[in-house]
Amino acid sequence: MSVIEVTDLRKVYGGRAVVDGVSFAVEEGEIFGVLGPNGAGKTTTVECVEGLRVPDAGRVRVTGLDPVADHERVARVLGAQLQESELQAKLTVREALELYAAFYPDPLDWRPLAERLGLTDRLTTRFGKLSGGQKQRLSIALALIGNPRIVVLDELTTGLDPRARRDTWQLIEDVRAGGVTVLLVTHFMEEAQRLCDRIAVIDKGRVAALDTPAGLIRRSAGATVISFTPSAPLDDRELDALPALASVEHKDGRVTLSGTDETVNAVITLLARHRVTAHQLRVTDATLDDAFLDLTEEKEKAI
Amino acid sequence: MNTAVLRAEFRLFRREPGAVFWVFLFPTLLLVILGSIPSFRDADDSLGGLRPVDAYVPIAVLIALIMSGVQTLPQALTGYRERGILRRMRVTPVRPTALLSAQMTVQGTVALGSALLALAVGRLAFDVRLPGQPAGYLLALLLAAAAALALGAVVSALSRTTRIAGAIGSAVFFPMMFCAGVWIPVRAMPDALARGVTLTPFGAAARALDQAAAGHWPGWDHLGVLALWTVLLTAGAARWFRWE
Repeated sequence: MSVIEVTDLRKVYGGRAVVDGVSFAVEEGEIFGVLGPNGAGKTTTVECVEGLRVPDAGRVRVTGLDPVADHERVARVLGAQLQESELQAKLTVREALELYAAFYPDPLDWRPLAERLGLTDRLTTRFGKLSGGQKQRLSIALALIGNPRIVVLDELTTGLDPRARRDTWQLIEDVRAGGVTVLLVTHFMEEAQRLCDRIAVIDKGRVAALDTPAGLIRRSAGATVISFTPSAPLDDRELDALPALASVEHKDGRVTLSGTDETVNAVITLLARHRVTAHQLRVTDATLDDAFLDLTEEKEKAI
Repeated sequence: MNTAVLRAEFRLFRREPGAVFWVFLFPTLLLVILGSIPSFRDADDSLGGLRPVDAYVPIAVLIALIMSGVQTLPQALTGYRERGILRRMRVTPVRPTALLSAQMTVQGTVALGSALLALAVGRLAFDVRLPGQPAGYLLALLLAAAAALALGAVVSALSRTTRIAGAIGSAVFFPMMFCAGVWIPVRAMPDALARGVTLTPFGAAARALDQAAAGHWPGWDHLGVLALWTVLLTAGAARWFRWE
């Protein structure tokens, strides 16, 4: 069952379509990523899901409800962590947790939640005195405190150190294991690749691709990268003629090719034929990073 | 009204020493300082035989309302908007109006508490008689508080940032203090000036409080002016206020 449905969503600011026909559906219990470069319309899209913005056209449904017309009912089942929102500077962590817990009919106990987010020794600290990472962790705690069915996290790990980031990822996986659907906005590839079941890549207000992380990587032109330092120079023309080749690069005597498994086999045959040894031969799968650049660049070229 | 929000806002107000001083303590402190001047305790013909210290009790009451209305309230509301606190509230089942109404309740309550303190200190320290028409006094006070809060909401609605709110607040502050009679009590003003001043919210409030203090029912003209300002300012705030 789809808990979030976005159909042909459009949002225009000052004559410019920031979101221009975005559609996707998030299934119950999945971690769904919204990935895209800065200014692609990711945040505007999820703000329509949260009911913070009214779409100019299209339809948004959260558990079948309209997030604007049925705001209160949606807010009870949807927890949100916003970008750049603060709390009262002199409110302590504990008071913030208690206050936000009081907003919901069936909240979580804030103590284990604070423990989980490493806030236990900061309970009496005022919001204004927290570090950036601590503010971020409190904001995640407040998104979860209402015991939501869906949680929307916008730039979840911004400002967190690598350790806190990994702990937070684990927390999100645990939250999902508890049956909560997660909508995750990010521009951080490692995060998307590690957490998301499916990803919508948004670029210039449109969905450029929607697939699993592995599917997105497979789709990209150079899914496999081969690099080596040949013992003797190779003929450029022969390299260019390799099957399914996406790109060739020479740097400091090292050759980097991207293509598919077919390209790998052909390179090995080519090297053997010329009796060239490939020093430090590396064959790696492309990362989501590569796929992302590929998907978002293509559009730029088309324009 | 959400009681959890209201309790939090009360607690937060107590943590603002500046707001506590200016709204709650300063008006009474000013009364004590003026009352300590010997000549302020002599009957004055331009005040209809009242002593200046008698005339300054209603003025101290109004200073509390002006402080919260044009200084602390717009700062708080604009800050909540500027820093995304209202936005954060919008994604909870509790509407951000809960935060606005809680903040106004807190400011209004503290200002009324400050008024009680001024009345009590006036009575105990300077033998100023308590209002002769308490019901009329209370009515005028509540209307003046409503006008002050509505004014604060308008200032906040028109200010994109807390800096702008501070600037507008200061620009409005001195004329409001003048109209309330801080420099010359309204009843001692020349006729033409007094007529103009009683068309402003705090000028009308000053006259209404004077009349109720003297034991008369406050004039409906003054109460009407206060009510009209409250309605206009509330409508303006509702029209112009932005959540983000």
